Amino acid sequence: MYKIKKKTELNNTVTRMDVEAPLIAAKAEPGQFIILRVDEFGERIPLTIADYDREAGTVSIIFQIVGATTEKLNRLNEGEYIQDFVGPLGVATKTEGLKKVAIVGGGVGCAIAYPIAKKLHNLGTEVHSIVGFRNKDLVILEDDFKTVSDKMVIMTDDGSYGDKGLVTDALRKLIEDGNQYDEVITIGPLIMMKFVCAVTKEFDIKTTVSMNPIMIDGTGMCGGCRLTVGGQTKFACVDGPDFDGHQVDFDEAMERANMYREFERHAHEETCNLFAKDAE
Amino acid sequence: MRNMSLTKNEMPTQAPDVRNKNFLEVATGYTEEQAIDEANRCLQCKKPRCVSGCPVSINIPAFIKEVAEGNFEKAYEIISQSSSLPAVCGRVCPQESQCEGKCVRGVKGEPVAIGRLERFVADWHNEHASGEVKVPESNGHKVAIIGSGPSGLTCAGDLAKKGYDVTVYEALHLAGGVLVYGIPEFRLPKAIVQKEIDGLKALGVKIETNMVIGKVLSIDELMKDGGFEAVFIGTGAGLPRFMNIPGENLKGVYSANEFLTRVNLMKAYKDDSSTPIMRAKKVAVVGGGNVAMDAARSALRLGAEEVYIVYRRSEEELPARKEEIEHAREEGVVFKLLTNPKEILGDEHKFVTGMKCSEMELGEPDASGRRRPVEKPDSEFLLDVDCVIMSIGTSPNPLIKSTTKGLETKEWGGIVAAEDTGLTSRKGVYAGGDAVTGAATVILAMGAGKTAAKSIDEAISSKKK
Repeated sequence: MYKIKKKTELNNTVTRMDVEAPLIAAKAEPGQFIILRVDEFGERIPLTIADYDREAGTVSIIFQIVGATTEKLNRLNEGEYIQDFVGPLGVATKTEGLKKVAIVGGGVGCAIAYPIAKKLHNLGTEVHSIVGFRNKDLVILEDDFKTVSDKMVIMTDDGSYGDKGLVTDALRKLIEDGNQYDEVITIGPLIMMKFVCAVTKEFDIKTTVSMNPIMIDGTGMCGGCRLTVGGQTKFACVDGPDFDGHQVDFDEAMERANMYREFERHAHEETCNLFAKDAE
Repeated sequence: MRNMSLTKNEMPTQAPDVRNKNFLEVATGYTEEQAIDEANRCLQCKKPRCVSGCPVSINIPAFIKEVAEGNFEKAYEIISQSSSLPAVCGRVCPQESQCEGKCVRGVKGEPVAIGRLERFVADWHNEHASGEVKVPESNGHKVAIIGSGPSGLTCAGDLAKKGYDVTVYEALHLAGGVLVYGIPEFRLPKAIVQKEIDGLKALGVKIETNMVIGKVLSIDELMKDGGFEAVFIGTGAGLPRFMNIPGENLKGVYSANEFLTRVNLMKAYKDDSSTPIMRAKKVAVVGGGNVAMDAARSALRLGAEEVYIVYRRSEEELPARKEEIEHAREEGVVFKLLTNPKEILGDEHKFVTGMKCSEMELGEPDASGRRRPVEKPDSEFLLDVDCVIMSIGTSPNPLIKSTTKGLETKEWGGIVAAEDTGLTSRKGVYAGGDAVTGAATVILAMGAGKTAAKSIDEAISSKKK
């Protein structure tokens, strides 16, 4: 059992939890993930590590409430326990030897982009962060990004905060303004990463994406997280989650991500009904 | 009185058309009368060949003699001197090619049903035993076991009985390895596995779940900082293979590992499980081993109307146990033999709609000694399925190898370990089971765990002096 040391609501649908897991905190690196199970009947879901504190022995996760499991997770409070919490899994993001990097984060994906930006910043890399959200209410981690970025652009779909438009617009502008990036690292919805890759491909800039497919064990055992990279099948859990974005078959990944959509919608509704009943 | 019947006492089982709709155990086990009757078929050979067929050398005639006399607890004591998991082995060992394969009664007629008797004895013990365990006196030496499957549990049990301070590290949230994620409930009830694990805990074995060794801690850290004098690697062969044919990443294509893990470990067949699984109507399982049979029979129980085993060789080469093949057939699994998948087809939403196959015939023997299947020209046909389960084997997980300096492995990833001791290329590090041999059986893994426990004990005891 893993204690929730701190719980913070970042916005209406996004929550941060600092979880007591000293062994994982001691080893975690940006880009790696954990798998958790909320309770003994729960499914195993992967969440990328949002931050870690080696001294306090905590690992932070940031999640959006999108389904039954994240709904149940969000019902837990400080001082309560998560049944299972395993990691750090996957290969850490490569951060060495980069002079100038653009980090492009979308929505809750910014939670994963942030520790990478922080690490790069600490290594002396010039970091340009482009973070996008649907609207002002959904903006998260603004101050965190500011402290680790040499340049920061916030984009919202409706223009209610920052600049109006897509992260790809901002990225294109920065590149066209003459910024020469060694690498672009992008984390967010699959469709966003796909279009970021399309832009960077035009300018021939190396691009790393962080994939977060459906998985069970996270150690290479089930193969459920497989995706096609450069024509070859890869397992996101052990070969990734980072991949060369120009090689990833995003269309296939998007299809695979909705394999259980019906089941999930159903489960989410049931969970919400259950909680509604409890509240009565 | 000696029973000279040429056939075994039949195993009571659920009727095929009943059991293919539930996850309860297929075989329900001998009654006391049946067990005694069967035990009387044993000739009590002076030089028992059966024992030599057992990878953990159980004193088979001795335990059967006790069964014949109705001393079931005594029989259990004899078995447990050699085996840590009798209730498991009685169910999943391929006895026909081991103990029973060597039984003289099998020369004319059927061999003594050693496996069924072993199971009876273990179940009888579990039902009647007081549960009190004599915890051995600690010798103060720490040993780490990586992986809680059959080899790890056996190694842990043997060392704990000798007084070692044993910690088992398991990557998943539940201990048992393939016994809990792989072998289905209807063949090996999980309560039985849990009972065996509880037994080990009672002996003082510590089990740490959610620990992926190689990630959260390395073997070097366990030995340097953790104070473990020896480490046993029993991490199994967990990585699923795929065929690399077009369409394998369509929705509705599973590895057998994923399908079985969803069903067994995550209990996707139960209503209160949060883990989804596709409830397919027509399922093709590619492969002919025991795992393929498990997947096919699980698919039936999940409500599939048609389930096919698609295997590229003929009946004779099917690697699964005969009993499993028979059970699958009785339950309604259709065998498409000499059939090879070429491509999996999908609809516009990328869900599986069918599998293109071709017919095969057997040609000259290949390196494995089996006749090589060759494609018949112009024999392509379409199998109408909405789910495909790939069950064509697994390979060892590279996680330990890639994080343990100086640990030698074979080209295909298996850890190099001496057969007679389990010792790897690293001092104090032992390995056994599928991680060394590639996918094999529960009992062979247990044998390897036993061997390693013995040599770990010898190495540490000699250090003491």
